[in-house]
Amino acid sequence: MAIAAEDRAAAPAPPAPPPARPATGRGQMVVLTFVRSLVPVVLALLAGAVLLLVLGRSPVRFYSDVWRYGVELNNWQNSAVLMAPLLLVAAGLVVVFRANIWNLGYDAQYLLGAVFVVGYGPWMFAHFPLPVAYAVLFVMAGLAGAIWTIVPALLRAYFGTNEIITTLMMSFIGIDVANILVKGPFQDPTVTIPQTKTIPYNDMLPNIPGTHIHVGFLVALGIVLVLHYLLTRTSFGLRLQVFGENPKAARHVGINVRRLIISSFLWSGFLIGVSAAVDILGLWSYVRANWNPSYGNTVIPFVFLARLNLLAVIPFVAFYAVLSTGGDLATQAVSLPTDFLLVIVALILLFMTIIEFLGRRRELGQSYLTKGLREALRQPLVRRRRSP
Amino acid sequence: MTAVLAAASGLFTQSFVTALLAGGVLASIPLMFTAVGEAISERSGVLNIGLEGMMLVGAYTGFLGAYEAHSMWVGFLTGALGGVVAAVLMVVLSVRMGLDQIVIGIAITLAGEGITSVLQQAQFGGAYPRLPAYPQVAIPGLDSIPILGKSLFDQPLVVYFGLGLVVAVAWMFSRTRWGLELRAAGEKPEALDAAGVSVLNTRSYATLATGALAGVGGAYLSVIAAGTFTPFMTQGQGYMAIVIAMLARGRPVWVAVASFVFGISLSLSTALQLTGINISADVINMLPFAAIMLALVIFARSAYLPPALAVPYVRGAR
Repeated sequence: MAIAAEDRAAAPAPPAPPPARPATGRGQMVVLTFVRSLVPVVLALLAGAVLLLVLGRSPVRFYSDVWRYGVELNNWQNSAVLMAPLLLVAAGLVVVFRANIWNLGYDAQYLLGAVFVVGYGPWMFAHFPLPVAYAVLFVMAGLAGAIWTIVPALLRAYFGTNEIITTLMMSFIGIDVANILVKGPFQDPTVTIPQTKTIPYNDMLPNIPGTHIHVGFLVALGIVLVLHYLLTRTSFGLRLQVFGENPKAARHVGINVRRLIISSFLWSGFLIGVSAAVDILGLWSYVRANWNPSYGNTVIPFVFLARLNLLAVIPFVAFYAVLSTGGDLATQAVSLPTDFLLVIVALILLFMTIIEFLGRRRELGQSYLTKGLREALRQPLVRRRRSP
Repeated sequence: MTAVLAAASGLFTQSFVTALLAGGVLASIPLMFTAVGEAISERSGVLNIGLEGMMLVGAYTGFLGAYEAHSMWVGFLTGALGGVVAAVLMVVLSVRMGLDQIVIGIAITLAGEGITSVLQQAQFGGAYPRLPAYPQVAIPGLDSIPILGKSLFDQPLVVYFGLGLVVAVAWMFSRTRWGLELRAAGEKPEALDAAGVSVLNTRSYATLATGALAGVGGAYLSVIAAGTFTPFMTQGQGYMAIVIAMLARGRPVWVAVASFVFGISLSLSTALQLTGINISADVINMLPFAAIMLALVIFARSAYLPPALAVPYVRGAR
């Protein structure tokens, strides 16, 4: 060591490092990630504006309406209320997506949780003190969601059956099961329309003092923060990540892959079920037949934009909550169906993948790739002549 | 017990069987077109989750074509074109640029659902204009077979086209160079590339064909089956088609058989109404999906997907 130190002392001062390559510093990385996450949203909103123009509607009016109905006055509180279930659905998706597993059965998992909460809620509140009833209902909804993932989880874990398909099928089945429950055992006998009993106003989750945001918002936020810790600082999180990145490597280092697949599915279903409990006990208080808010579909792009990082999910979900709350009224104001928001969400997804592609290409350009492959990635649309 | 027996005997009246079979054929046709399309792209290595969106776009453009031109055939043509337009997105982003096929598929489905609903509303302002009923073509002789004749051999002309298509695609898969290349693109793209055929082109054509067929399937729903376009009218049939293609292991004839089975379960609700058996619509809606789950559980080991499915092809990558 001494010699090395002497050598270093003797050696001339090292030449100044070459000008930094782009995106090496941590700060620059953060900025780059930030840009990459925001650009798709901006592009999607612009494309949405073009679409509005084509349809003969004023984009300026539409977006200012979104802002007005989603944020101004006390409307931001409505957006915050919507954030509560969205955050938990996002958390449920992040748990599986980190393991590179697709749980697309969120609609059924949510609805079944919701139906069980309204189904047993009135009875629970009549017989137990509020805190106990809340706890039981939350867990019940979570279990309903978790149980609905078991079949796809087992099929995937033991037979490798494509979970995209199985969760989707279970979703269609579960939505019908929820409807059957609403029209059957949980039907409110005092009304003729198919809907469940209503949870009494006094038994709903209390509001945060001074606002009309229910405490479910804080619960959701708390769960998301705890889960973020679990996913980034514990061995469970690491195992998920390893499995998600490279299933073979996971098997090599002795991770029980089957158990991991099943537990991530169960957690995902559980969290989505709990999101329903928060939503029902905080906002809706009853379920009508054929009602389906379909939160999962619209949350997916934002989960990806947040790079499966739950802290980053929070601002994105807040953005979507505003877009959705304001957009509901803003689309009506320009006499378009609210499905217009779906188009914007789809555009965000498309632009996101494109930006991701461009970013990846930039990074790959400086890496170990052979010249030919680098060329191929740089200009994927150009047809290359094959060397003889 | 007696009630069950009475119900069981009521089940097999002639009108019930006729309604069930005829309805089954009608309901299976859109599934068949779409699932054959999916079989083509799955075999070439492209998992097309956006099928639902492509069907909806096809249903909308198909309805528009039939409505404006007063012709069913124009409707099918525009439906196919609509599906192709949606598929172009998939070709450029997934096949050419190698972006995640599942994310793009979800995006196409969401976009298809949203844009057709928005355009329908913008164009007709909440009204749902209807198309006239189109004539059916009976096959002389065969249509006089009791029970089966009326139900199976007296159908809109497209039905026969659909069956012809199944045979044609089956023939293409097994007997033509194009079919071989297609299968190679899904089984071992490197080999196809080494043989001097462009994997990306093969997959692109396959995806475009899928879009066209899904578009025709969607157009069938709006032009023939419903006679109008309503938002979200495919109700998960795109996803069913994916499963059918998967269970049939990409073989067109089996796709047709499986489509018919699921078509029957789709038509069960209307047929049951004839017998007066009162089963809630929710239970019946559930049946096809429950049947698929059951099939997936039973055949979990044997449902087959090509090894290179959903893996973008990058030349020289390992």
